[in-house]
Amino acid sequence: MIRATESPVMQIELTSAQKEARRRFRAFVDEHIRPYAAQWDRDEAVSPKVIEQLRIRGYLGVPLRRFEGGDMDPITYGLLTEEIARGCSSVRSLLTVHDMVSLGMCRWGNSELKAEFADPVANGEMICALALSEPEAGSDAASVRTEAQVENGEFVLQGMKKWTTFGQIADLFLVLARCEDKLAAFVVPAKTPGVSRKAMKGISGTRASLLAEIELKNCRIPKHYLVGKLGFGLSHVISTVLDHGRYSVAWGSVGIAQASLDACLNYTSQRRQFGCELREHQLVQRILTEMIVQTRAAWLLCYRAGYLRSIVDPGAYAETLIAKYFASRTAVHVANDAVQLHGANGISDEYPVGRYLRDAKVMEIIEGSSEIQQISIARCPLAEI
Amino acid sequence: MEERKARVRGFLSTFFGNHSLGDSQDIFALGFVNSLLAIQLVSFLEKEFGITIEDQDLDFENFKTVNNMDALVERKKTGTLMPL
Repeated sequence: MIRATESPVMQIELTSAQKEARRRFRAFVDEHIRPYAAQWDRDEAVSPKVIEQLRIRGYLGVPLRRFEGGDMDPITYGLLTEEIARGCSSVRSLLTVHDMVSLGMCRWGNSELKAEFADPVANGEMICALALSEPEAGSDAASVRTEAQVENGEFVLQGMKKWTTFGQIADLFLVLARCEDKLAAFVVPAKTPGVSRKAMKGISGTRASLLAEIELKNCRIPKHYLVGKLGFGLSHVISTVLDHGRYSVAWGSVGIAQASLDACLNYTSQRRQFGCELREHQLVQRILTEMIVQTRAAWLLCYRAGYLRSIVDPGAYAETLIAKYFASRTAVHVANDAVQLHGANGISDEYPVGRYLRDAKVMEIIEGSSEIQQISIARCPLAEI
Repeated sequence: MEERKARVRGFLSTFFGNHSLGDSQDIFALGFVNSLLAIQLVSFLEKEFGITIEDQDLDFENFKTVNNMDALVERKKTGTLMPL
């Protein structure tokens, strides 16, 4: 859980500093991300230039710096994520995975591990990726087959990981493996002998997020690369990581919904059919209204999760599940409506809404599918609002 | 200490429904603990008692019973480093 400052009341309003930060984020996204997102999608790779821009502005590793006493509160961080996702979900996914891993590593890593990696990870010099899923282990993360054995005071890892976002370029992997029949999380530098990666192509959504399969063959790592302790890899380390991931994905989903809505407000005010602008048709107004209301509701759930995170309330975990569940479903519904409102243009790559829909679908799957969220939310006691 | 244990029991009761939890009962053996509760429990103990749970505190014994959690909080607050 991120350390935070106390706030005496819940305000459903951004502070002036948060509004100013959002203005900065928007300007950055409109200059450096939005104009290039379609090309990155076609190339199936974000440009190294945009990663450098994120680095220069300090947009990588924000939660880690906050954990160490930095100054971007969870709501401002959410706004950053939302705005970046409004421009490009693949770039958003870099923030998500890098920050998930860096936070987990510094929350549960030992002092020796942190001394080695905290700084380069916090400033984005080293890119992190989560090596959790396997060909036969997706939602059922506890069934991972990757193994770690202790040999001569080191861990030796063997296994295959799949769907590793930014795995093609990551410098560090956080790997969930089984060791002495217990689940454990390890940091594995990409340069470790025995690590190999294979690019995954032909992905339908967040196509530019440089997915890879990671193979680990006799990878020897020092003992202090164990994060947490044996037996706590899933329950504490990966849970911390996924909680942050859900928060990021929730805001990112709002960004997709907002981008879809913006595209439709623009399109329906320009496109004319039956003698008037599309937005003059009542059935179009009905769809636009649903898009607006759903997007606003998702934003408010994200805001509430962010507020609880800012006051370090244990209930933030449950509220983050709710926000992720609702926002990701909203992104799909709103992007789907956006394609519908664009008609044939909606399925053309001359317009961005088709990409938004493909990207939105990913949000219902990653960091816990909607079905996993349903199981978790139904079982989770909820605090009063 | 009793007041501290009552606060821990109060938090856990929201997850345990009608089950009346004894201070020495193994919460893992009861089958109520999943990863979401595990991490919320860490967050609760940290906020409620003003401590920081670190990697070296990750020992199931520390979280097994209300008594053990109380002892963990006591050690963290007094700076005693030895685990149970």
